[in-house]
Amino acid sequence: MEKKKKKRLVGLEKRKARAGYLFILPFILGFLLFMLRPFLQSLYMSFTTVELGAGIFNLHWCGYNNYIYAFRVDPEYVRLLTEELLRMVVYSFAIIVFSFFVSLVLNQKFQGRALVRAVFFLPVILSSGVMLGLESNNQLIAQLQQTVETTTSGISITAGLQTILRTTGVGTRAFEKVFEVINNIYDVAMASGIQIIIFLSGLQTIPASMYEAAQIEGCTAWESLWKVTFPMISSLFLVNWVYTVVDFCMRSDNQVIDKISTTMVAKQDYGTASAMTWVYFVVVIAFVGITSLGISKGVYYSD
Amino acid sequence: MINVDIQKDTFWDRNRKSGGYLLRKKATAIAVSICRFILLFGLCFLILQPILNKISVSLMTEEDLFDPVVISIPLHFTLKNYEIAADVMTYKTSFINSLVISLTTSIIQIAMCTLVGYGFARFRFPLKKLWFAFVMLIIVIPPQVISTSLFLRFRFFDIFGIFKLIRGEPLNLRGSIIPYYMMCFGCMGLKDGLYIYMIRQFFRNIPMDMEEAAYVDGCGMFKTFVKIMLPEATPIITSCFLFSFVWQWTDGFYASMFLGGKRLVSTSISTVVDSLGVYIQRLTGEKVAVSIAYSNCILSTGTLMVVGPLIVLYLFAQRKFVESIASSGIKM
Repeated sequence: MEKKKKKRLVGLEKRKARAGYLFILPFILGFLLFMLRPFLQSLYMSFTTVELGAGIFNLHWCGYNNYIYAFRVDPEYVRLLTEELLRMVVYSFAIIVFSFFVSLVLNQKFQGRALVRAVFFLPVILSSGVMLGLESNNQLIAQLQQTVETTTSGISITAGLQTILRTTGVGTRAFEKVFEVINNIYDVAMASGIQIIIFLSGLQTIPASMYEAAQIEGCTAWESLWKVTFPMISSLFLVNWVYTVVDFCMRSDNQVIDKISTTMVAKQDYGTASAMTWVYFVVVIAFVGITSLGISKGVYYSD
Repeated sequence: MINVDIQKDTFWDRNRKSGGYLLRKKATAIAVSICRFILLFGLCFLILQPILNKISVSLMTEEDLFDPVVISIPLHFTLKNYEIAADVMTYKTSFINSLVISLTTSIIQIAMCTLVGYGFARFRFPLKKLWFAFVMLIIVIPPQVISTSLFLRFRFFDIFGIFKLIRGEPLNLRGSIIPYYMMCFGCMGLKDGLYIYMIRQFFRNIPMDMEEAAYVDGCGMFKTFVKIMLPEATPIITSCFLFSFVWQWTDGFYASMFLGGKRLVSTSISTVVDSLGVYIQRLTGEKVAVSIAYSNCILSTGTLMVVGPLIVLYLFAQRKFVESIASSGIKM
């Protein structure tokens, strides 16, 4: 009797496993058909020179030449790659900090809160896909910005602050990055819609009793921010960090991607383009992997 | 009598009784809300300003653009820009094309992603971790990595040489929408990995009891999914659908890769500046250089026309967008 029961359970497990495979079948098929092969093919291409003939293409194995070309010969690639990675680090960090504090503010009770939240989420919808590219190369806005900058030079608050800090001799290089981010706060705000929502949802799950207890124990609001709020939503920092970095490296105004597509389309140099893409891809994945490992060490799980 | 006494107790009396605490608290609250107002107003203005700016520019005539006096309120109010932009972008056809394609692809995508997400959330099967790692992989692979070879694949499309046997040559599927539909069926469309992930997270948070009850009552796996789990998951499905629709609407990458021949709003907006020159040349019969200011005015108008439907959608379905992103991110 006992044995029979166990056997039936195995049967059910088996049926469930089969059903599970049926459910994810579309993904498996799609992955094998449309992702795996192109993925490997582009890896293979990065080790070859691609010759385009009439309606046909030939691949000639050339070893690491494309990679050597990308790093040693191409005048722009290394510079663009390092610049873009540095920009990614700085901006992702800025986006996380910005969205954390904005979500803290939006979590408070005040009039018109729903409206403000809606506005902060608007960029997710409006600055996606082609819209982003349009925004960044809108010449009229660029011109306007230039005129504003030339006519108001010295009046800009950040520039003023910067000169003050520079004359006092406080770490100038670090501040330059900070000011760069502040000057581009628009980009930061436009890229942090989803992150704000995720943080907000996390904030709402923190029980009010915790804050009450902290207050009774004599915590100030500032202390309870770091001792209660921060640990309670620390797992969301990981989610948001990964999302932000990935989102950033896929933006259409990314210079490396731009460089790759000009190599691919204008120069018809598919081999080098694939090599460049792969370098970029591996670097980004490694970066995401290492940083999220680091963050996940610091994450606090309450249960 | 007691009631009257309490009402007589003014703010200052109560403040004195509390030893100044009440006043301090009140003052802090007011100061905080003023600071918050300034901060939020500034940030909201920052986000909305480009849209407002576009609206005002789109209502200006060309002379207003060069008039240094006119900054945001047009002197000569006109709707002509909208007509021109609509003409240049062939707005009607592109709008309908975009609508049809965005709707169909998002329906397919979300249907497939729901199935897959449910499979990942609820069943245990061998190699599950591996497959899920692949889902993660497609989230982080930039589509540019695979674009070349996908392109070549659909240029010379074949399934195990069947078409080559019948027609003597592989199928050329470039320029038609079929490849993209096929990719959507295979969950390889735009941001599908993200939808799978979100839907999986949602299903994981639903307690197991309901399904188990259904199984015990003799309901099959698929029937359980359709009858019991789907109704539960409506919020996440709606919001994924909305996202999918919106992102498809503005997507330029897949559109230009697969749907080269079809005019969509997203592709026509990115070429609107060039088309404007051609359009004016055709109209006047001679080659005219369009001023940067005017072409940007048309660009702004066009952008508004592309984004307009999305803004309307957002106004009506704002809650639906936000609601379930929230629920999916919490538990990793």
